[in-house]
Amino acid sequence: MNYISLSDKDKKEMLDKIGISTVDELFNSVPENIKLKRLLDVPAALSEPELVDKLKEISGKNKNAGLLSFLGAGAYQHYIPVVVDYLSSRGEFVSPYTPYQPEVSQGTLQVIFEFQTLICQLTGMDIANASLYDGASGAAEAVLMANRLTRKEKILVASTIHPQYRQVIQTYTRNLGLSIEEIDFVNSGKINTEQLSKKIDEETAAVVCQSPNFFGIIEDIQTISDIAHKKNALSVYVVTEPLSLGILEPPGKLGADIVTGEAQAFGMPLSFGGPYLGFMACSKKYLRQFPGRIAGQTKDVDGKQGYVLTLSTREQHIRRERATSNICTNQALCLLRATIFLETLGKCGLRDMATHNLYKADYARQKINEVKGIESRFSGTSFNEFVLSFNKPWVEIESSLREKLIIGGYNLQKDYPGLKNCALFCVTEMHKKEDIDKLAEILDEILRQ
Amino acid sequence: MMIREPLIFDISGTGKKAFSLPELDVPERKDLLKDIPSRKEIKDFPQVSEIEIVRHFTRLSKTNYCIDEGFYPLGSCTMKYNPKVNEKVAALDGFTSSHPYAALDVNQGNLEVLKTTEKLLQEITGMDAFTLQPSAGAQGELVGMMLIRACLKDRGDPRKIVLIPDSAHGTNPSSAHICGYQVQEVKSNESGTVDVDDLVKVLSEEVAAVMITNPNTLGVFENDIKKITDIVHAKGGFVYMDGANMNALLGICRPGDMGVDVIHLNLHKTFSTPHGGGGPGSGPVGVKKNLEPFLPVPLIEQNEGIYSFNYERPKSIGRVRAFYGNFLVVVKALAYILSLGPEGLKEVSEIAVLNANYIRKKLEGIYHLKYITPALHECVFSDKFQKEYGVQNLDIAKRLIDLDIHPPTMSFPLIVHGALMIEPTETESKRDLDLFINAMKQIAAEARENPEILKSAPKKSYVRRLDETSAARNPILRWQPAQE
Amino acid sequence: MYPDNYYYTKDHEWIRIEGNKATVGITDFAQKQMGDVVYVELPEIGTKLKFHQSFGVIESVKAVSDIYAPVSGEVMEVNEDLNDAPEILNEDPHKKGWVIKLNIEDKSELEELMSLSDYEKFLEGLED
Repeated sequence: MNYISLSDKDKKEMLDKIGISTVDELFNSVPENIKLKRLLDVPAALSEPELVDKLKEISGKNKNAGLLSFLGAGAYQHYIPVVVDYLSSRGEFVSPYTPYQPEVSQGTLQVIFEFQTLICQLTGMDIANASLYDGASGAAEAVLMANRLTRKEKILVASTIHPQYRQVIQTYTRNLGLSIEEIDFVNSGKINTEQLSKKIDEETAAVVCQSPNFFGIIEDIQTISDIAHKKNALSVYVVTEPLSLGILEPPGKLGADIVTGEAQAFGMPLSFGGPYLGFMACSKKYLRQFPGRIAGQTKDVDGKQGYVLTLSTREQHIRRERATSNICTNQALCLLRATIFLETLGKCGLRDMATHNLYKADYARQKINEVKGIESRFSGTSFNEFVLSFNKPWVEIESSLREKLIIGGYNLQKDYPGLKNCALFCVTEMHKKEDIDKLAEILDEILRQ
Repeated sequence: MMIREPLIFDISGTGKKAFSLPELDVPERKDLLKDIPSRKEIKDFPQVSEIEIVRHFTRLSKTNYCIDEGFYPLGSCTMKYNPKVNEKVAALDGFTSSHPYAALDVNQGNLEVLKTTEKLLQEITGMDAFTLQPSAGAQGELVGMMLIRACLKDRGDPRKIVLIPDSAHGTNPSSAHICGYQVQEVKSNESGTVDVDDLVKVLSEEVAAVMITNPNTLGVFENDIKKITDIVHAKGGFVYMDGANMNALLGICRPGDMGVDVIHLNLHKTFSTPHGGGGPGSGPVGVKKNLEPFLPVPLIEQNEGIYSFNYERPKSIGRVRAFYGNFLVVVKALAYILSLGPEGLKEVSEIAVLNANYIRKKLEGIYHLKYITPALHECVFSDKFQKEYGVQNLDIAKRLIDLDIHPPTMSFPLIVHGALMIEPTETESKRDLDLFINAMKQIAAEARENPEILKSAPKKSYVRRLDETSAARNPILRWQPAQE
Repeated sequence: MYPDNYYYTKDHEWIRIEGNKATVGITDFAQKQMGDVVYVELPEIGTKLKFHQSFGVIESVKAVSDIYAPVSGEVMEVNEDLNDAPEILNEDPHKKGWVIKLNIEDKSELEELMSLSDYEKFLEGLED
């Protein structure tokens, strides 16, 4: 299959116009000793029916159909309203370029402006950008931003932040001489604020925490913000499950300077980890050091309201080596999905979905706690994820659950060696009461053996 | 479109709903959050009906120009047609409903997609190994720089400088800088290619890498590339290639055969995955064996037909994102490569270069060509002739909009003032190319005879020229409710 | 239009000398090249500058430009008006649009600067 639109006649006419007889002559500038003298060794072309069959065959090797999953850990199963797929698959949204010519990109730009507003409303912050690659790189960018703003090099990072996010922060900061220190957690599942108070000093650029954290526990955001501000450090919050902002007081009202995170929960299917949608929001006083594209409102020569990408001088294509970030492409189509999702759910729908998550997860935690051999590991309040500890090896339990077509929680031991036989379970509005009861029953059976 | 579609917040009204959930089937424990700061409502969050959502986004979509509608000659962006079958296969339930942390045996199909794509990209580029983790070209560049840095550190030879041609795209220096390197420029010669003498002058044992784009941002093939890579290697440095212009080289030659040590590709350029108005893209990074130990974790391995992740990589630079990359974007690129096959891939570059050279031949003399060196898949004119009438590339661009064509790239390369960087790609028909050529000819004539038409363009678009100055001086970055 | 008692640099800064003090700004040519100025990054008072060190950044909608010190010295004053009204740089680059005031460290450096006639010749040479 090919997507060429030139007829044989067209090709001949064009070659004649250029004054050559074959396309090979167009490549005379490529030295002979570099030119490939053979065709690429890739499989022969597939027709459309064959292509569809081939990809169906490969996707058929995935065994997720018919499995009941309780996995979360940074990627959440939520209902996606049908209009999200329907509208976001329009060619006018899928195929345009970045809106650098605003006169013909108002659709994309207005959607970005709406998204920025929604993120501000959810996080309680002044300004938001037009997305970053994902939550993890968002966390890294927030750390770099804090360093640029304060010119200080020490960063305190909660160990209760998603392990892969912390790895990404390490990767991004390693070459810049920043020093990252971790804060431990306590029995409530929250971070050790005493240890935080001891470790923070005048050299600290920022305190970075996640809430709800990786264990699902809601942190004392105001307390953490106050500790940070006493030492002139910035308070940065990471949110991997932003649905929680439907009912929890947002970090912006609890002293946050920067809020960043992952908006996959807002309309992105699980998709084996990507593409997802990083978001970032901050106080307006930090605007000049804020990374990422931003859309702004303005008027055209006739006085009509319109939108443009603005403050581009922060960005790499203009500021080059002194840019706030090297980010170029963002995640615009995912941003569109999130905007449609949030506007469809609306004020009441988002809150309802959040409360369903809260109550169902609580019901599940209580029900499963009744099973002998299982205990809630942490005492803090959680949103839709909770950690259970088992009196048998988790890997065996996990495997028995699989035989019953259930995917259990995330194994915490590999990231937190102290949490032996503990797993992180996630329950969302997608789980019915029967699903939860079934999980509890089967766990009961397994643990009785 | 006559209707001006307002912001959703201006359509919102209490009591309207577009969504419903089933009844809650578990007890409501209202005291759950008694000790937690919670919100009574999400203030000013929109409330609209489903039809209002559908109309809102349908109307907004119609104000966007897109490839499905017409020509998009943005230089170095490779705005080729996005095949619809790729969208369909990326939406297969087996792919979309996979949780990234489910057990390996649940996700074998996904791992096969990743590993197969890696292998195909290796063959296409002549590199030894690939990572599909970077989410975009710029992130791929950053990874490439980090790999070089890690390797040099491992050798006990950390270096400080990265050399970048003055014709390079802005992501190159900013990626090098974020990696902790100082950036120094290498000049281009009169042909627009890297001035090898200047390179030799600025090259030293403090140079970690030279970042090149090939073909460069003028569309010109760096024919001294083998000499350049030899010179850099002799001083112990690395050659990084920005693969944004790979659309000129498929099946013609391979970066790995030119001496390139590390390259990034843009799946959303060369490999047809949609731009989506600004992403998601994917920026895979390919390396030669010497850089392989430093690749991000995890690696994907295959043993007797079973795929697995390998995290035992002590020299790895770590992760640049959570999970494994923009997976669904990779699915689309894989489908594209499989549908083209070896002849199809070569034909992509042949026709991309034919289309660009046809445009160049037809517009020669009408627009100024600063560099007359033969170019491949793109051509860069400037507004020099039109400047005599007070017309700039910006005015030419805005007038093209009135003629229903998206303008070419204008903001770089920096070495051409008033640039018009045109990349047609291989999917355009002669009819569409001629439409563009005739529009450009018309505009050149208008510049002479009636420049006012250009300066007041566009006239027919949904909005006309926007005040970008006040947008930057007094930024309004979100909707706010009207003050009472 | 260019004041004849000012000195000029190849990077299009002007400098007005009064005894040991200097006022620095950018020329009309520079502001035209930049387009509408949207933001000016000013140095802190007390910053010690070396000859040709970048002390600030001027941003327009589509471009960024460093401003370089025409002489070595210590920053005594910065033009705070530019924070709220960066457009002054476009409207009146040679008077109201001054950027910083310096205490000159080494008067011999002034010999590197161009007079008005040198600068005008330099500008003619730039037309390409």
